[in-house]
Amino acid sequence: MIAIQRNNTINLARLQSVIALVVLCTIIAILSDKFLTMDNGWNVLRQIAVNICISVGMTLIVLTAGIDLSVGSILALCGAITAGLSKNGIKLPSADLFIGFTLLGALLGGIIVGSLLGWFNGFVITKFKVPPFVGTLAMLTIARGLTMLWTQGHPISNLGAPFATIGTGWLLGIPVPVWIAGVVVLLAIFITRQTRLGRYIYAIGGNENAAILSGININKVKLIVYSIAGALAAVGGIMVTSRLDSAQPNAGTGYELDAIAAVVIGGTSLSGGKGSIGGTVMGAVIIGVLNNGLVLLNVSPFWQQVVKGAVILIAVIIDKGGNKK
Amino acid sequence: MLIAQNITKKFGGVTALNKVNMELHPGMVNAIIGENGAGKSTLMKVLSGVYVDYEGAIVYNNEPLKLAGTKDAEAKGIVIIHQELNLVPGLSITENIFLGRERCNAMGILDKKEMARETRTLLEKVKLDAEPGQLVGSLKVGQQQLVEIAKALHTKANVIIMDEPTSAISDKEVDNLFVIINELRSEGKTIVYISHKLKELFTIADRFVVMRDGCSIESGLMADMTQDDLIRKMTGRAVSGTANHTTQTFTEPALRVENISLKGASRVKANVLTDISFTLHKGEIVGLYGLMGAGRTELMETLFGLHPKRASGNIFVNEKAVQIQSPIQAINQGIALVPEDRKAHGLILDQKIKTNISITVLNQLEKWGIVLRNKKETELSKEYIQQLGIKTHSENNVAGNLSGGNQQKIVLAKWLATHPGILLLDEPTRGIDINARFEIYNLMKKLAASGMAILLVSSELPEILTASHRVLVMAEGRLTANIPIAEATESYILKHAIQHNITA
Repeated sequence: MIAIQRNNTINLARLQSVIALVVLCTIIAILSDKFLTMDNGWNVLRQIAVNICISVGMTLIVLTAGIDLSVGSILALCGAITAGLSKNGIKLPSADLFIGFTLLGALLGGIIVGSLLGWFNGFVITKFKVPPFVGTLAMLTIARGLTMLWTQGHPISNLGAPFATIGTGWLLGIPVPVWIAGVVVLLAIFITRQTRLGRYIYAIGGNENAAILSGININKVKLIVYSIAGALAAVGGIMVTSRLDSAQPNAGTGYELDAIAAVVIGGTSLSGGKGSIGGTVMGAVIIGVLNNGLVLLNVSPFWQQVVKGAVILIAVIIDKGGNKK
Repeated sequence: MLIAQNITKKFGGVTALNKVNMELHPGMVNAIIGENGAGKSTLMKVLSGVYVDYEGAIVYNNEPLKLAGTKDAEAKGIVIIHQELNLVPGLSITENIFLGRERCNAMGILDKKEMARETRTLLEKVKLDAEPGQLVGSLKVGQQQLVEIAKALHTKANVIIMDEPTSAISDKEVDNLFVIINELRSEGKTIVYISHKLKELFTIADRFVVMRDGCSIESGLMADMTQDDLIRKMTGRAVSGTANHTTQTFTEPALRVENISLKGASRVKANVLTDISFTLHKGEIVGLYGLMGAGRTELMETLFGLHPKRASGNIFVNEKAVQIQSPIQAINQGIALVPEDRKAHGLILDQKIKTNISITVLNQLEKWGIVLRNKKETELSKEYIQQLGIKTHSENNVAGNLSGGNQQKIVLAKWLATHPGILLLDEPTRGIDINARFEIYNLMKKLAASGMAILLVSSELPEILTASHRVLVMAEGRLTANIPIAEATESYILKHAIQHNITA
């Protein structure tokens, strides 16, 4: 009986965030007639898509009781690498070498670099037992520095129409970024619910010692999870770059915090083992709607930040209250 | 003089102390002797103010004493030095000694000079050659213990309780400790000394109190006693387990280990395990007994590949030499370990029974090598819930909501699902009720009858005698006896668990 009640509280928490979202939408819709239009709806989803990609990776990491502060920087670096490869290729004048990249090659290049950086995060954390917070904090700085080096501090712009499709195009009446985020979410739900890797992720966060004794190679699982997060940050970077038709060296600054906020609002425990991709998607949507609403209501950008912070706080406090019962 | 009168302490329905009476004399070393679970630590926690709700009375220097807590005990001059030292490794010796009692000057600023000076005096007294400013974390365990004693002296303690003070220190450090204890005794302090090492007690103790099953049995002068006397008094329990008199012989080895040794976790510590060799046969249940700190759990962990860097020796499974460097390799060799602490190491408490059971065999529940077959997983967990009699409405219940016995069965289930040939059970009945206990004994018998080899670690002699076909005894990291069940008696086993013949 007790267990059944507990299952209900989980559903209740999910229900709470749905109710919060509905209330939020209703208030904004009453205050602004621009909110409930198709255009604005797609706009919100398109903006959320990037955060969803990063937040999904973040959720997997947080479920193992880790954290990744480097995703914003990895996003910028991989966006810039993709842009640079696609526009300029690799030129080594000293060796008289030039390698050109097709768009697909450039995209793959960016994603591979992202997953390698994520893998490196995992390597530092598992091999040298560096706390995830510290290891990925270092990567935050390193990847940002590499972005500056790669771009020489200047944006890489005018990337061509095919590239721009990724961020601005439509497919079957739905924006391409929304497709991408949707596929990422579905894959992540499949992994967390229907595969051994997913079970191991929850087991490590739930009780790392028990996981080790159960014969789980926890280092391997962590390496995979951090690599996925890196790759998803790269996907986010490609979408941002494409939408702006420009890779900005300072893109993605602070995105890791938005991702963590989405994860936390979505009910995933920062101590690991508890939470879901679905929750995180809800969290990202709530943040996105809030951002959009505050802009539509002409709230000053300074106040926007205060409101956003307050909402995160309230969400977590409500969540804690639910847990206690 | 510190006198305990009719002290009774209950935890829920379990009586840990039952009308305990004892006198602890000043200017003497009072040894408290008893098996694991006899109630020694509980009594000390009552005397030092850790537990404040108990029945009975404490009389200290002819006045009734009612402690409000450890702080209060300290103020009244009673200090306990726990087996797990209570120091902050990141602070200096001085900072540790003055923690919560910092000296300030007139300005309200820490008077570091004065504290360092006092610390230096204390360190001289406990013969610790260290600087007051040195970090406690940089000291060896034996030295840290001396810091604890210095701290006790600083609070002007008159009663100093030491719980297993020599369990983690070298012989040389023991000698030094004894010199200090002798000095404290000559100053008229009351020393209460808890130890499993009888030999040591004959060196240092003046008086003894034997405890058994939560009662104080007898007290007197050490000089009137022999080791055999004490052992007899420790074990002479009213209800003795009925031995598992079997005429069965087991011939087919399942697990054979040769010269297993395990180095200490830090460079300075002595070996945790030394040259352990034994054979476990198919169908056989071997009980492994030892007192706290004898190395039983470490042996299990080593066999399960948890200490690849520190362990040495040979392991043979079904007479084939194998390398076991990780739990994964152990599992692949058909070894399963039910750990001592099921909450910390056995279960994921927040997850469903189903997910806890299937975690060890998920690779067998996949289709196309990737997708988990939920239906098969549910069937598997239902099968084990039924087979082991786990009391629950559904396999989807959260493991943490079940009773201790049922939780233990989940841990057993997750390991039986791997179909192990060798089952290592570390204290499988700790903290579970009597019914579940007998269910687990019966299960063990059934599993052994089907050919499984079982190594049962237990701190409870009746359990060892009831469940095993053969008994191994460990003391101080060594195997000290290998006894057929027909010859095993409680006092015989305990004797080998206490007396360790170094030359063996």
